[in-house]
Amino acid sequence: MEWLKTLISRPSKGVSGKTGYWRTFKPIYDRDKCVLCYECYVYCPENCVEIVEKVVKIDYDFCKGCGICSEVCPANAIEMVKED
Amino acid sequence: MDLRCVLLPGNPSCQGCPHAIGLKALSVLENPIVVVPAGCTTIIAGFNPKQSIDLPVVHVPFASAPAVACGLSKAYDNVVVWMGDGATDIGFSTLSGSAIRNDNILVVVSDNEAYMNTGIQMSGTTFWKAKTTTTPAGKREEKKDLALIMLMHRIPYVATASVGYMRDFVRKVKKASKIKGFKFIHLHSPCPPGWRFDSSKTVEVARMAVKSGAWILWEYDGSFRITGMSRMFRDKSKRIPLTEYLRVQGRFKGLTEEDVRTIEERIDEVWKLLDVLENTINKA
Ligand SMILES: Cc1ncc(C[n+]2csc(CCOP(=O)(O)OP(=O)(O)O)c2C)c(N)n1
Ligand code: SF4
Ligand code: SF4
Ligand code: SF4
Ligand SMILES: [Mg+2]
Repeated sequence: MEWLKTLISRPSKGVSGKTGYWRTFKPIYDRDKCVLCYECYVYCPENCVEIVEKVVKIDYDFCKGCGICSEVCPANAIEMVKED
Repeated sequence: MDLRCVLLPGNPSCQGCPHAIGLKALSVLENPIVVVPAGCTTIIAGFNPKQSIDLPVVHVPFASAPAVACGLSKAYDNVVVWMGDGATDIGFSTLSGSAIRNDNILVVVSDNEAYMNTGIQMSGTTFWKAKTTTTPAGKREEKKDLALIMLMHRIPYVATASVGYMRDFVRKVKKASKIKGFKFIHLHSPCPPGWRFDSSKTVEVARMAVKSGAWILWEYDGSFRITGMSRMFRDKSKRIPLTEYLRVQGRFKGLTEEDVRTIEERIDEVWKLLDVLENTINKA
């Protein structure tokens, strides 16, 4: 039954590599404006927004720069800035 | 909201993918097994030997999804079918069969209104007049109402939901998981490349659909009711103009005023029907 194991996939981050390379715009977070509403966390499709000790952390290794976090933020605390 | 990361970062979904947002809701289920027929989600779930969905996933051919889920439900409690609108067109016979048997499964149709994974072909739920690669001049055919069709299978739970209102969707998934038998949720999932809008606008477009009355949130659990934000939009004067929702999407480019009027009439008819259901299927 050893061959069966090859048919089963295991959960892993980065199935498509470091998708941060896909980015054209980068989300930049401003802690002073943040009201901790969790909207960015709830709607980030990539699940690369974390809120640790009341601070939003974005995992730039995988953030694809879609811009949704910036759009849903009611406090304008996330700005999309062109990558250089 | 008690959401855990179900879809791992670095997966193959496009920027702003609606399925990727919707999948988060499965994290409120206890030990679910997810059955996925062919579609974008198949790709998003990753490629052997790695997978990006951090739950047990069974990949199945189109028409077999509810049948496989039926089998699994004899051994497991929380079996979920996560399928697209195209898979629902093609696999409708087994979906219908599973519903009349009242199999103990939850089916979520994440509806991006076309066969996206194969290149934006029209489906039964593609919006009226929308351009797809198989309807280059705009859809001439009708749009079917999937959730109402499922409601008429007399199953214990049916709801519509939207990736623009995750709290409402999560509440419905939780509720469905507590009900034994066949549960159906029709999730509205605007797709940036397929509908031709910027990837940052997925949530906004989903909300515009609800605010314009084009997508209506409702639920049946023995009683039928309009839910969440949609309650406010029973009153037409509170809605945003339908043209605002249509204008942000490239798939509606070139619509005439008459086209918009035709769509508006269709939407009015849906609201009328739901109003009747709300006033008739009512235990209270
Ligand atoms: C029997 C069969 N016919 C055709 C295909 C090709 N195919 C793969 S995905 C897909 C479209 C699925 O559309 P939908 O269910 O709406 O999912 P989406 O990609 O839009 O998420 C098709 C036609 C297939 N895999 N199997
Ligand atoms: S830009 Fe998109 S992928 Fe990046 S953190 Fe914001 S929502 Fe997530
Ligand atoms: S959406 Fe904006 S205000 Fe809310 S938690 Fe995120 S950054 Fe803070
Ligand atoms: S085509 Fe649409 S549904 Fe498919 S992966 Fe891309 S954004 Fe998601
Ligand atoms: Mg589809």
